[in-house]
Amino acid sequence: MNYLLGAFKPACNISITFTDGKNRKQVPIKKDNGQIVMNPLFQSQETIAGKINIEPYQGKKVEHNGVKVELLGQIEMYHDRGNFYDFTSLVREIDVPGEIYERKTYPFEFSSVEMPYETFNGVNVRLRYVLKVTVTRGYAGSIVEYQDFVVRNYVPPPPINNSIKMEVGIEDCLHIEFEYNKSKYHLKDVILGKIYFLLVRIKIKNMDLEIRRRESTGAGANTHVETETLAKFELMDGAPVRGESIPVRVFLTPYDLTPTHHNINNKFSVKYYLNLVLVDEEDRRYFKQQEITLYRLKEETLS
Amino acid sequence: MIADDDEKWLAAAIAAVKQNAFYMQRAIDSNNLKDALKFSAQMLSELRTSKLSPHKYYELYMRVFNELGTLEIFFKEETGRGCSIAELYELVQHAGNILPRLYLLCTIGSVYIKSKDVTTTDILKDLVEMCRAVQHPLRGLFLRSYLAQVTRDKLPCIGSELEGDGDAHMDALEFVLQNFTEMNKLWVRMQHQGPSREKEKREKERNELRDLVGKNLHVLSQLEGVDLGIYRDTVLPRILEQVVNCKDELAQCYLMDCIIQVFPDDFHLQTLDVLLGACPQLQPSVDIKTVLSGLMERLSNYAASSVEALPNFLQVEAFSKFNYAIGKVVEAQVDLPAAGSVTLYLFLLKFTLHVYSDRLDYVDQVLGSCVTQLSATGKLCDDKAAKQIVAFLSAPLEKYNNVVTILKLTNYPQVMEYLDHETNKAMAIIIVQSVLKNNTHITTADEVDALFELAKGLIKDFDGKIDNEIDEEDFQEEQNLVARLVHKLYNDDPEEMSKIIFTVRKHILTGGPKRLPLTIPPLVFSALKLIRRLRGGDENPFGDDASATPKKILQLLSETVEALSDVSAPDVALRLYLQCAQAANDCELETVTYEFFTKAYLLYEEEISDSKAQVTALHLIIGTLQRMRVFNVENRDTLTHKATGYSARLLRKPDQCRAIYECAHLFWADEGENLKDGERVVLCLKRAQRIADAVQKMANASRGTSSTGSVALYVELLNKYLYFLEKGNSEVTGDTIQSLAELVRSETKKVESGAESFINSTLRYIEFQRQQDGMSEKYEKIKMEWFE
Repeated sequence: MNYLLGAFKPACNISITFTDGKNRKQVPIKKDNGQIVMNPLFQSQETIAGKINIEPYQGKKVEHNGVKVELLGQIEMYHDRGNFYDFTSLVREIDVPGEIYERKTYPFEFSSVEMPYETFNGVNVRLRYVLKVTVTRGYAGSIVEYQDFVVRNYVPPPPINNSIKMEVGIEDCLHIEFEYNKSKYHLKDVILGKIYFLLVRIKIKNMDLEIRRRESTGAGANTHVETETLAKFELMDGAPVRGESIPVRVFLTPYDLTPTHHNINNKFSVKYYLNLVLVDEEDRRYFKQQEITLYRLKEETLS
Repeated sequence: MIADDDEKWLAAAIAAVKQNAFYMQRAIDSNNLKDALKFSAQMLSELRTSKLSPHKYYELYMRVFNELGTLEIFFKEETGRGCSIAELYELVQHAGNILPRLYLLCTIGSVYIKSKDVTTTDILKDLVEMCRAVQHPLRGLFLRSYLAQVTRDKLPCIGSELEGDGDAHMDALEFVLQNFTEMNKLWVRMQHQGPSREKEKREKERNELRDLVGKNLHVLSQLEGVDLGIYRDTVLPRILEQVVNCKDELAQCYLMDCIIQVFPDDFHLQTLDVLLGACPQLQPSVDIKTVLSGLMERLSNYAASSVEALPNFLQVEAFSKFNYAIGKVVEAQVDLPAAGSVTLYLFLLKFTLHVYSDRLDYVDQVLGSCVTQLSATGKLCDDKAAKQIVAFLSAPLEKYNNVVTILKLTNYPQVMEYLDHETNKAMAIIIVQSVLKNNTHITTADEVDALFELAKGLIKDFDGKIDNEIDEEDFQEEQNLVARLVHKLYNDDPEEMSKIIFTVRKHILTGGPKRLPLTIPPLVFSALKLIRRLRGGDENPFGDDASATPKKILQLLSETVEALSDVSAPDVALRLYLQCAQAANDCELETVTYEFFTKAYLLYEEEISDSKAQVTALHLIIGTLQRMRVFNVENRDTLTHKATGYSARLLRKPDQCRAIYECAHLFWADEGENLKDGERVVLCLKRAQRIADAVQKMANASRGTSSTGSVALYVELLNKYLYFLEKGNSEVTGDTIQSLAELVRSETKKVESGAESFINSTLRYIEFQRQQDGMSEKYEKIKMEWFE
């Protein structure tokens, strides 16, 4: 049996390590099977370098037609399963055809890689970056090893960042004015604001602020839109009277947010909305949704 | 059913609180911040319930409150372990539900303040602002109450270690004021929660929560650095603004009271116009009198407790401010029942009496204001108002204990005008009783006039209406008071005293038939007392034209007593005439005396028909007449003759007999030699004896019925003879006495007379007198064996 098992085992063990793998920041990523693994974090224009170890199993040799390493940026649509769109693809040949008898280490380097998009795990779409090592073989089939890594891109604070201010209402029933201090928030930002009640003729039970993510994939007739509520934050308990103003203060830190993505590679978009919801005593909901832009602020500019 | 559910929910909530508190404690013990926050938030979530009544909610709140204490300590330790408090402050705000979030925020906020990492003010501002998010009245109220509770000992104030910059205490003030305002709003709003049919119950529950709101005012009063200036310029206006604007009866009533109770007296005094200015703006249904009375009572006590405060009262013109404010309140509250407004004035009056006891003009002003008010409502009819007004009018009496002072209050009688008869009488009784109790000296006619004007209720009937339902005993008791009052009036100066009598007479004569018999006698006796005094003072210093001559007074009395005969009280009138006659006699006014006797005789003839009354009256006439010395022979003869004539015409023989032997005295006066007509004395006695004989005959004719009468009469006659014998009447002979003695002896032998003891004591007397030095010769005429 041992013999048989041995026959189906891959002939070698491939491992990929990054040059500064020990010091590099690791971020958790959810895999397909729901497991959370830690992956190293990069950003665009970084050099991605490291070593690849190929170690044949005891007493075996690996005959190959060459070894290569690829850096791939892929967009995977779940409803179009199995189809990957590579928007970035870089290849390095690291070995010429031959045989490997013992552990062998190849250094590799992709310098200043352009990685415009961020890693993203959505409902219907996934954008991932991966290093793919292929030991090409003829008849026996190639040996492939993947190593995911995460890309996050930081942007400076936007020069223009207006507040969101709006008066909404239902005639003779409810009139409110709300104000959020900005229209663009970074991911560790705080939403500050005020809800001002101009007219209240309904019996309000409570008021929540929801953070919603709208993910649209595909284009044209095949567009799929998925909306998730990522946060439900109670702003007010009870019924206010006319003239009352309710403070808004929502910390974004605890929520799993990403920056807003616009039309990534013509494949998908991710937008964020603040949804102000008023619930009356008969559980009717009155809401107003406002788009906000989320961005990832450079760490060092965070005060 | 509902109560049961209430219990059930409370039990469930408490169980959940306990459980989460347990987990929280465990997390705290293992320094697990994340879990501690998680479980504390879950525990706090129990407070989100809407199912509990305020009472039960309070119970739940207290449980949670206790648990939060541990959390606070944990936060404190956590910051000691290097966890940034600012981070914690943010962290707790991640809680999704508002209520747990804010409770946690308040808890960490209080730690934050203590840590002095940031300015206290910023945190306080943030907390009080964030708490706006809870608009549910009950939950909001408790949340803010929690906020007030945890920050209470951390408020910055002058001298405290937490003091930041100079404005810190102002910020603290601002914080408390704002929290108060918001709490009050929530509290007021509670009444609108839920169905209107349960409104009453809800108001009751709401009332139970009032101290949560009131506590803020208490905190304000305890804040250091709140001096008079700040109180006047900031604190009070802000509180009052809220109180007035909330337009809620319950809240206004309670909060006004709170303000009055928690802040120092001196503050009230200095801000009186502001505080009072708010009163007319309150809801009409607010029980302002309680509020104002509380204030006035407090200030009264203040005035009483410190003498130094008194000048302040004057300085701020507390009185006129109160007076004005009450006027405004009454004006503003059109529906205020009379009882209410009177009560207000009552308290003002009490205040005035306390603070300005020497300012009668103020007291009078209060009365005046009350009159003005009453003139709008007319006579008071309801019991409550009457009761209040009696208290109102009694207050100055109790204070000054002197009716004379009251009489100076020009508005006092005017207030009494508005009382109904019953109340007016009751008030009159109180006034009179005060005079009697305090032994007040009322010394001038003007005062007397005013006093009787006040006591009108007792003196006369109203509108000629006679209330038949009055209890006779009560009535007599009341008139007794009047009588006692009349005796109290006294002035050393006869001139003034006579004026007093004239005045009293004027009032008393209006009393009507029921009162006169009871009230005229004291007047007459009071006047007689004066006459006696005038006589004692030898000369009349005023000459004849003065009003205080005995003659004039007697003249007046004559007229006064005549009024009595008109109201069918002839016996009283008769006695009074005789009393007057005696006084006139003492003043040696013969014609006047004669006049009085004439009147007495006329009364006897015309009015007194009852035989028993006749006997009594006659004896009185005889007794009085006997003592008259002013008459010349002619007048005396006429009167004596008349009296004897009346005696002979009495109905019953024994009465005739007795009256006639009494008449014998009329011919024998000890003093005047010309009045010793021994012959006529014996004639009278003989005549009496004849009548006694007739009585005896009648008795013999109908033996067994009135057998004893004649014997007693004989013995009485015997005694009369002895009397005149002793007085030296030479006409009294041994024969007469002997025959009488025989009669007595024979009569006693015939029948058991029942007069033995009388006879025996008479005999003993004779025996005794025989042995006396001066008497023995006179008694020689009498032989003891006659009687054996």
